[in-house]
Amino acid sequence: MTMQSIPNPSRRNFLKIAAAAGGGLLLGFNWSGSEAAPAVLNGPAAVPGVDFNSYLSISPQGIITILSPNPEVGQGIKTAFPIIVAEELDADWKKVVVEQAPLDTKKFERQVAGGSGSIPHSWKRLREAGATARQMLIEAGAKRWSVPAAECSTDKGFVVHAASNRKLSYGDLATDASKLPVPADVKLKEIKDFKLIGSTVRNVDNPGILTGKNLFGIDFHREGMLIAMLQRPAFGYKLKNLDATAAKAMPGIVDVVTFNNNVAVVGKSTWQVKKAKDALKIEWEKADNLESTPDHNRLFKELLDTGTPTVRRKDGDVDAAFKNAARVVKAEYQCPFLPHSPMEPMNFFAHVKADGAELVGPTQTPELARNETAKLLGLPPEKVTVALTRMGGGFGRRLKTDYVLEAVNVSKLVNAPVKLIWSREDDMTGGSYRPAVRYRFEAALDAQNNLIGYKLRGVGINSGNPTREDNFPSGAVDNLLIDSVEHKSPITTGAWRAPITNFLAFAEQAFIDEVAQAAGKDPVQFRLDLLEKAKKQPTGAIKYDIDRMIGVIKLAAEKSQWGKKKNVAQGFSVYFSHRSYVAQVGEVVMEKGKPRVAKVYSAADCGVVVNQSGARQQVMGCIVDGIGHAMYGQLTFKEGVPEQKNFNTYRMIRMNEIPEVEVHFVQNEIEPTGLGEPSLPPAGAAVANAIFKATGKRLYNQPFVQEDVLKGIS
Amino acid sequence: MSVYKLQINGKTVQADVEPDTPLLWVLRDHLGLVGTKYGCGIAQCGACTVHLNGQATRSCVLPVSSVGNSKVTTIEGLSKNGDHPVQQAWNEVDVPQCGYCQAGQIMTAAALLKRNPKPTEEEIETTMSGNLCRCGTYHRIREAVKLAATKTK
Repeated sequence: MTMQSIPNPSRRNFLKIAAAAGGGLLLGFNWSGSEAAPAVLNGPAAVPGVDFNSYLSISPQGIITILSPNPEVGQGIKTAFPIIVAEELDADWKKVVVEQAPLDTKKFERQVAGGSGSIPHSWKRLREAGATARQMLIEAGAKRWSVPAAECSTDKGFVVHAASNRKLSYGDLATDASKLPVPADVKLKEIKDFKLIGSTVRNVDNPGILTGKNLFGIDFHREGMLIAMLQRPAFGYKLKNLDATAAKAMPGIVDVVTFNNNVAVVGKSTWQVKKAKDALKIEWEKADNLESTPDHNRLFKELLDTGTPTVRRKDGDVDAAFKNAARVVKAEYQCPFLPHSPMEPMNFFAHVKADGAELVGPTQTPELARNETAKLLGLPPEKVTVALTRMGGGFGRRLKTDYVLEAVNVSKLVNAPVKLIWSREDDMTGGSYRPAVRYRFEAALDAQNNLIGYKLRGVGINSGNPTREDNFPSGAVDNLLIDSVEHKSPITTGAWRAPITNFLAFAEQAFIDEVAQAAGKDPVQFRLDLLEKAKKQPTGAIKYDIDRMIGVIKLAAEKSQWGKKKNVAQGFSVYFSHRSYVAQVGEVVMEKGKPRVAKVYSAADCGVVVNQSGARQQVMGCIVDGIGHAMYGQLTFKEGVPEQKNFNTYRMIRMNEIPEVEVHFVQNEIEPTGLGEPSLPPAGAAVANAIFKATGKRLYNQPFVQEDVLKGIS
Repeated sequence: MSVYKLQINGKTVQADVEPDTPLLWVLRDHLGLVGTKYGCGIAQCGACTVHLNGQATRSCVLPVSSVGNSKVTTIEGLSKNGDHPVQQAWNEVDVPQCGYCQAGQIMTAAALLKRNPKPTEEEIETTMSGNLCRCGTYHRIREAVKLAATKTK
């Protein structure tokens, strides 16, 4: 475990102190309290009395407790992290108990669920945590037998001395091992020797999930806590007048309080609070700049034509290239706002006391939640504790801390422990959306159909930079200009699974397909030719690995038998995001005159696959998610008020609408990169390009179901 | 407020609530049975699915006053040891990602297999399409329902 982030005590001292503090071998830190799992499903129950402050502890009975510090949002990190530790420890996975660590930034680095960054960030330190313990166990065994440590090895929870045919379990050696000096340097396993990493391991929380245990934030209960729900202003509105007389008189209602233009109803049970919230009489003051969706459509065209752009990347001489072009291809692509719609709506528990605050709940950014809470309350951050619950999805929404601070505000105002719950309507209308964006692409082809010029302008609403200027085909085109214009709006936006690229990838990969068609080239070969050019004659900086991108393109083409199938239309897409490479082939068949997406092949290069089950899940889920939102997702506005408020008017993909998915991974020994997002961006274009192949019609706008070619599909 | 006697997971329990309180919130807030999830409140997502006399029912729109003597089964009462064929299949196939919708998915699947132990692919799809999963675990849900059908005696 690398401990550079821990200023004091030093790594060695820290591990030593930790080791001295408890009964077994302690490395790292702790939290206890997982529920014993029903043994019939899997895994051992947590051993009572194991009460360490450790990252990894081993009880005398041989039960290994591994703490997983990062927030679990469905990406599988609570399973993947312990796999990495257990691999280097050479532990018997059947004897591993996994527990969620609370926020402790002195002990753990980067306790964040976002950017598909957990695995790449923690890979080395998790391996070292396991390897250090393994080395200490070996030394303890060697001492017990009075043999050189070099003669000892480990095997699935045992230290083995092969020469004398003796072995001792980790449980037997844990106490002795914990007293040894912590080795300064440990040898990590060769990747080829991994047994657990790369195998199929089930979600460690299955037992609790499948039997309805209280794992999620919304399930949290504290004796005496109150329930709160808020009425928030729509975008561009302020609280003008409140009449809470009726609400306050309703059964179970404890108080109605206001802060920051919000009205909070606080009471004893969720249903009572929800009914009282509906009984509030509120007058809102409207701002002058209320926005509606038709305004945005007009605005986008204005910004594309006359906006003042920020240049993101400029290579060569674009004007000359377009002047000399034999042919120019132009296309525009637009996407709407999207809510995140995690199945568990926003919620958080807060108990603000005079000298501190206790927070419990689902957050992708516990450190930010703590620091902002401390700032709000005027407390030092160490007076705020954060316990992490499992999250019923996040998709970027839980990177924001607005709902945490709401719970803190309410708890402070009513001076009681409070669980704040958003209704689905609150969740869908409460902001931080995927920004609405429009792109204009222009490509210049010379007489030999070479791509000699490329322009992309992105305009977006609270989108920041809606381009990823260094992505492919940057580097492969001599003359290139990428710029953007942002419009500031009262509608709040934020990161949404694979931020920006969740739509940009569709636009870029659909456009490349259109350019390949104009050039009369096979879409796969066209991409490969551009990549070869980028390799041999790069233009400007290249920030993706050309060979890895070629690798996934070739794998996807091979597995899908690209170009060799009859009676099925194929579409290609490839994308690099969040450090991983994914190529996908969509397959469309025509049924009753309408295209149906039948299958998607995926080829991903994320380096070493940590958990086959979890990795395949992420790829399949990203594809379903990516296709679902591309096909159906849309949030529209009328005068700052979202027009879709629940799943009856906001359509989400369902089981009868999913294609078959075939998942492949490039096998290599590259350090693993994240998989929570990278398979989503290419999905939209794989499907859209296949629909074009099947129908001759290009898709330019999301949601696809509103495009002519798909109108009338159920 | 009125006191309702309810038959839940084989036990008689009581809750002092208003008559229009949805069964979902009686379970979650008053009886501490939080396995049944709130997702939409309007019977669109299926996260709140329980069994009412063996039938899959959306508890978020079912007023407690209309439950009467019906036998309610929640995810906590589906099996004693978490070993209902559907739970076993869900584990073997490793269905959950975030896991939030899965109790509802399991209850829907268990009710399907009870009334139709050997459902066709189409019957599985039609039934399970009423339950949303934002993580997109639908492939494995379908596989797990099929596996559970082979385990159901």
